[in-house]
Amino acid sequence: MIEGAAWRKWLFFYLPLAVFVIWLLFPFYWMAITTLRPDGELYRPWNAKNYEPFWTANPTLDHIMLLLEETLFPTWLWNTMLIALVSTLISLVCGVFAGYALARLKFPFAGSLGTGIFITYLVPQTLLFIPLADVIRNFRLGDTPWALILTYPTFLIPFCTWLMMGYFKAIPKELEECARIDGASRWKAMIYIILPVAVPGILSAGIFAFTLSWNEFIYALVFLSSSEQKTVPVGVVSELIRGDVFYWGPLMAGALMGSIPVALVYSFFVEHYVSGLTGSVKG
Amino acid sequence: MATQDASLVASPARRAVRRVRQLEDERKLAFLLLAPTGILLGLFIAYPFVTGIWLALTDTRVGVPGDFVGLKNFVKIWNDSIFRIAVWNTVWYTFVTTVFKLALGLWLAVLLNRHFRGKAFVRAFVLLPFIIPTVLSTFAWKWMFDPTFSVLNWLLWKLGIIDARINWLGDPDLALWSVMVVNIWRGVPFYAITLLAGLQTISPELHEAAAIDGARPWQRFWYVTWPLLLPVTMVVTLFSVIQTFADFQLVYVLTGGGPANATQLFATYAYQLGIGTGLLSEGAAISLAMFPILFLVVILQLLYIRRVETR
Repeated sequence: MIEGAAWRKWLFFYLPLAVFVIWLLFPFYWMAITTLRPDGELYRPWNAKNYEPFWTANPTLDHIMLLLEETLFPTWLWNTMLIALVSTLISLVCGVFAGYALARLKFPFAGSLGTGIFITYLVPQTLLFIPLADVIRNFRLGDTPWALILTYPTFLIPFCTWLMMGYFKAIPKELEECARIDGASRWKAMIYIILPVAVPGILSAGIFAFTLSWNEFIYALVFLSSSEQKTVPVGVVSELIRGDVFYWGPLMAGALMGSIPVALVYSFFVEHYVSGLTGSVKG
Repeated sequence: MATQDASLVASPARRAVRRVRQLEDERKLAFLLLAPTGILLGLFIAYPFVTGIWLALTDTRVGVPGDFVGLKNFVKIWNDSIFRIAVWNTVWYTFVTTVFKLALGLWLAVLLNRHFRGKAFVRAFVLLPFIIPTVLSTFAWKWMFDPTFSVLNWLLWKLGIIDARINWLGDPDLALWSVMVVNIWRGVPFYAITLLAGLQTISPELHEAAAIDGARPWQRFWYVTWPLLLPVTMVVTLFSVIQTFADFQLVYVLTGGGPANATQLFATYAYQLGIGTGLLSEGAAISLAMFPILFLVVILQLLYIRRVETR
C-alpha cells in the first residue's frame, strides 16, 4: 500500500509498528524486570541519580520465593485453573448442544431463543453482581468454587453458542442426511458425524472461554471471601496490599506468574484463539 | 396382544431404543439440547435480574431484609451528586476511549495487513494486553504510574519534557485520563485483530482497480476499504462500547474511584455503595440504571445486523 522510497516505508510502516509494539508490550517487560529487581533498587525515586529503569545488575528471586512461601499463591493458581477448566467444559457442552439445536433443528420459538441468547451475550457482569451475590448466598454457594463454576457459564455459554451456531451452519446438511439414510439416529449423526467436523470451532470456543474465565474479576471478588478459596486476580489484589502499603516486588511476581499459564495456553493455540475472537464479534 | 407382551417384558435395551426414537422428534431433541443452557441462564441471569429489580425497589441492607419503598432509591440516586459525576465520567470515558481504540486499532490493523517478516509473531505478541488478566496487567500500569517511582516520569524527564513530577493517578484533573490510557492500551489489540480479519476479506483486486484508476493511497482507503469494513467496525465498536461502559476492574485497581470521585464509574460506585457500604438496594439501583442505556445499544446493534443481513 505504501510505495516509493525506502525512507517512506521506514517512516510510515516500521516506525509506527515499532511504537505500537513497544507500547503494547512494555508493561509486561516492566512486570518482569520488577519481579527480578531487589527492593533496594526498586524503591529509588524516579529522579534519583542511580535510577536504572531498564536493567538490573543484581537480579533476585526473593519476590517469587516470598510469593510462593508466605502467601497462598499456589492455592490461588490451582483454584483459578480448576474454575476456568470446569466452567469452560460446562460452557462448551451447553454451547455445542444449544448451538446445534439453534442452527439445525426446527422448533417453535427458535428465532426468539437465538435472539435471547444473543442478548444475554451482551449482559456485562457488572450489571447483575449485587443481586447475583444474594442468589449465591441463598443457594449456599458463597465462598466455594461452585459460586464461580456455575456463574462463569452465564457469560461463556452465550459466546460458545454463538460461535458454534456459525460453525454448524457452515457444515453442509448433506453430510448429516447421508448418515441418516445409512440408519444413524439424529443423536448419533450429531455426535459421530457433525461434532468431529466441528472440532476446530469447539477448540476455538474453548480457548477463548478459558482466557475469559481466567480474566474474570468482579464475581470472584464479591462471591469469595476466605483466602484459600480466592483466584489469582483477587488474591493478588487483596493479600499483597495491606492498607496503603503495596508490596510491589511480590505483586509484580504474582502478576507475572498469574499471567504465564494463560499466555502459555494462548501461545499453543494462537490461531484458534484468533478465530474464536473474530468469530465472537461476527454478526 | 403381541405389543402388550412386549411391553411386559420391556428390557432396558428396549427402553433405550424407545428413548432414542423419541429423540428423532426434532422438538424433543431441541428441548433436550437447550435444557442445560436454559437452566443455567435462567438461574444465574434471568432470576438475579428479577431479584435485582425487586432489590432496587426495597430498602434492603446487608443482613436487614427490606420493605418495598417504590422508586425511592432511584429518586435518591438521581439527586446524588456523586452518581451524576459517575454517569458523566462513564459517558465521557466510553466516548474518548472508543474513539482512540477505533482509530489506533484500525491503524494497527492496516499495518498488520501488509506482508513482512515475522508478521505472525508480531500479531501474536500484539494481542497480549487483551489475553493477560486485566487486573494483573493493570497492576503493572499502577506501578508505572506510581508518583514516586514512576518510570514514565523518568522517561519524560530524560526527554526534557517535564521537570517536576506528574502525579498520574493522584491529580483529580489527570486521573481519568490515566485510566483511559490503560483502557485504550488494553482495547487496541482487540480492535486491531478483529478489524484485521475484516480487512483480509477485502479482495486486493479492488485496490488494484482503484490504483489503476489513479486513486491515491488515502483515497483508496477512504473510498474502498472503509465502506467495506464498516459492518465489522460497527459490530466491534458496539461490543466494545458495552464492555467499556460497564468497566470495573481498571478503576478498581488504579484509583478505586478517587481522587474525590474523579474516576468514579457506574460499576465502581455500585460496588462502593452495594458491597462496600452494604446498601444493597441502592447499589442494585445504580447497576440497573446502566440497563436502559445498554439495552438501547443492543437494540441498535440488532437492528443494524438485521439490516445488513437482509440487504
